[in-house]
Amino acid sequence: MSTTIPLTITVDGEPRDLDVDPRTTLLDALRDRLGVTSTKKGCDHGQCGACTVLLDGRRVLACLTLAVAKDGADVVTANGLATDGELHPVTEAFLANDAYQCGYCTPGQICSAVGAIDEARQGMPSAVTSDLTGEVTLDRTEIAERMSGNLCRCAAYVNIVSAVEEASRA
Amino acid sequence: MKPFTYARPSEASEAVAALAADPDARFLAGGTNLLDHLKLGVVEPSQLVDVNRVTSTAIEDLPDGGLRIGAGVPNSDLAADPRVRERYPAVAAAILAGASGQLRNMASTGGNLLQRTRCVYFADPTTPCTKRDLSQGCSAREGWARYHAILGTAADGCIATHPSDLAVALVAVDAQVQVLGPDGARTIPIGELHRLPGDDPTRDTVLAHGDLITAVDLPAPTPAVRNSTYRKVRDRASYAFALVSAAVALEVRDGTVADVRIALGGVAHKPWRATVAEAALRGRPATDDEFRAAIAAELDAAEPVRSPLGGNTFKLPLVTGTVVSTLRGLAGGTA
Ligand SMILES: Cc1cc2nc3c(=O)[nH]c(=O)nc-3n(C[C@H](O)[C@H](O)[C@H](O)COP(=O)(O)OP(=O)(O)OC[C@H]3O[C@@H](n4cnc5c(N)ncnc54)[C@H](O)[C@@H]3O)c2cc1C
Ligand code: SF4
Ligand code: FES
Ligand code: FES
Repeated sequence: MSTTIPLTITVDGEPRDLDVDPRTTLLDALRDRLGVTSTKKGCDHGQCGACTVLLDGRRVLACLTLAVAKDGADVVTANGLATDGELHPVTEAFLANDAYQCGYCTPGQICSAVGAIDEARQGMPSAVTSDLTGEVTLDRTEIAERMSGNLCRCAAYVNIVSAVEEASRA
Repeated sequence: MKPFTYARPSEASEAVAALAADPDARFLAGGTNLLDHLKLGVVEPSQLVDVNRVTSTAIEDLPDGGLRIGAGVPNSDLAADPRVRERYPAVAAAILAGASGQLRNMASTGGNLLQRTRCVYFADPTTPCTKRDLSQGCSAREGWARYHAILGTAADGCIATHPSDLAVALVAVDAQVQVLGPDGARTIPIGELHRLPGDDPTRDTVLAHGDLITAVDLPAPTPAVRNSTYRKVRDRASYAFALVSAAVALEVRDGTVADVRIALGGVAHKPWRATVAEAALRGRPATDDEFRAAIAAELDAAEPVRSPLGGNTFKLPLVTGTVVSTLRGLAGGTA
C-alpha cells in the first residue's frame, strides 16, 4: 500500500487540509473528500470538460490532475465564482441565455468560459484566429473553438455560445 | 490503479537519479497523458517523479536569434508567445490545432513530445498490442486502422502514428532537444528523437530510461520558417487528433522554390520529414503541378493498410491535397 500525503489546497477561497493517497485525482479529492460536488465527473479521461476548474487562475481538467502535485494551489470551482452573494457575470449569462438543459456539463462549461474569456483578453490566439499576430475578437466562431473542450450531451451549444458572447462583453 | 509513491525533487539531477535507480519509475509533467494511461492500466509505475519544479517554464532568446523553450513551458504559453507567433507561425498553429484550452494549459513542452500513440488497441490492455508487449501481435492490422501509418512501416509490425501536433511543426523548423541523462547532458535533433517501430515498437523515441528533456531549442528562423503554417485534417473541426497534418515552410523567389520544409503528421510512427518532396521542389517553379509531383514522389514508398474494418488508403489523396493546398497558400503569400 502506498502511504498518504498531507496537503493544503485552497478551494473556493477556503484553505482545506487533507491526506491523500498519491493516486487521488483533484476531481475525486474535491467530490469525495471535500464534498464539492459542483465539479462533475463525465469521462474521467480528459475528453469531456465536465471536471473543469480554475487552478491558480487557469482552466484545467481536475480528472487528469493529481491532488498530491497541487499542494498549496488555489482552486476555484463553479461554486466559488460568486462574490458577495452576486453571481458571476458568466453564470448570470448562462441563466439569461438558457445555456443548459440537464445541467450536468454546466459547472464545467462556466469555469471553462471564465478561463476562455480571460485568455482572449490576454490576447492568446486560437486555431481559428485568422491573424496569429493580430488582435483577438471573441466572435461566435472563436467562442465555439475555445469552448470545444467542453462537450454537452444535451447539445445546448447554441445558447452556450450566446451566453459566453454576452458575458465576454460585460 | 496500482499504488505508487510520489516524489517532487528540486534539482533536475535528482529527478534523473530517481529514475536511474528505479526501472519502474516515471516522470510526471502535466499528467494529461500519463494519468490517462495510469487509469487505463497501460502503465503501472512504482513511483512518479514530478518534474514540475525542475524544468524551466521560461522561453529565452538565444544569441543566434533562436529561442530556448523550457521543457515545463505549458503548450498554451508557447503558442501565445509573441516571438513564436511572429517567427515560427507553424509552431504556434500546430499547438493551437491540438487538444483543448484546458489541456493546453496543463500540457508541458516535454510531455507533449513524449505522449504515446492514440491507437485504440494500445490504450486497451485487453486487446493484443505489440507496442505494449513485444510477445503479442498487432490488433490494428486486422482492425480499426483509420488513424494509422502509411509510411515507414515494417511487415506485420506496429502501424501506430505519433499523435503530437507540436512535434510535427518542430521537425519542420529543425528544433534541437536538450536532454539530461544519467550520463550527463546531450542534444538530439528533433528529427532523430522519435523512431520508426522496426523490431522494437515498445520504444517511441531514442531516449533511455531516466533521460529528462530539459528544453527545446528553435534555431533562428529562416525566411521559409517565417512563412510557415500548420494544416490539420480531422474527423471533426476541433478537439480531435489528426488523420493527416502538415507543417510546411516555404520561400519563393522569382516564382522559384528557394527553400521548403515539409513535415507530415498522422502518417508514420514518427513525425515524417518529407525529404524526397523537399528535394524534388528546391529550385523548381512554385506551381501546383510541381507541388503535386513532389508529394507523389514522397508517397511512392507508402504502404497503406487494407483492414477488414476499413483501412487507410484514403490518406494518399488526403496527404496530397493537404500538402498541395498548403504550399499553394504559402506561395501566394510570398510570390
Ligand atoms: C482528450 C485529449 C485530446 C488531445 N488532443 C491532442 C491533439 O489533438 N494533439 C496533440 O498533439 N495532443 C493532444 N492531446 C495530448 C496532449 O497534448 C498530451 O497529453 C500532452 O501534451 C502531454 O504533456 P504532459 O505534460 O501532460 O505529459 P505527461 O502526461 O505528464 O507525460 C507524458 C509522458 O512524457 C514523460 N515526460 C513528461 N515530461 C518529461 C520530460 N521533461 N522529460 C522526459 N519525459 C517526460 C512522462 O513520463 C510520460 O511518459 C490530447 C489529450 C487528450 C486527453
Ligand atoms: S498499431 Fe501498434 S500500438 Fe496499435 S495495436 Fe498495433 S502494435 Fe499496438
Ligand atoms: S471528467 Fe474530466 S474531462 Fe471528462
Ligand atoms: S446541459 Fe446536459 S450535458 Fe450539457
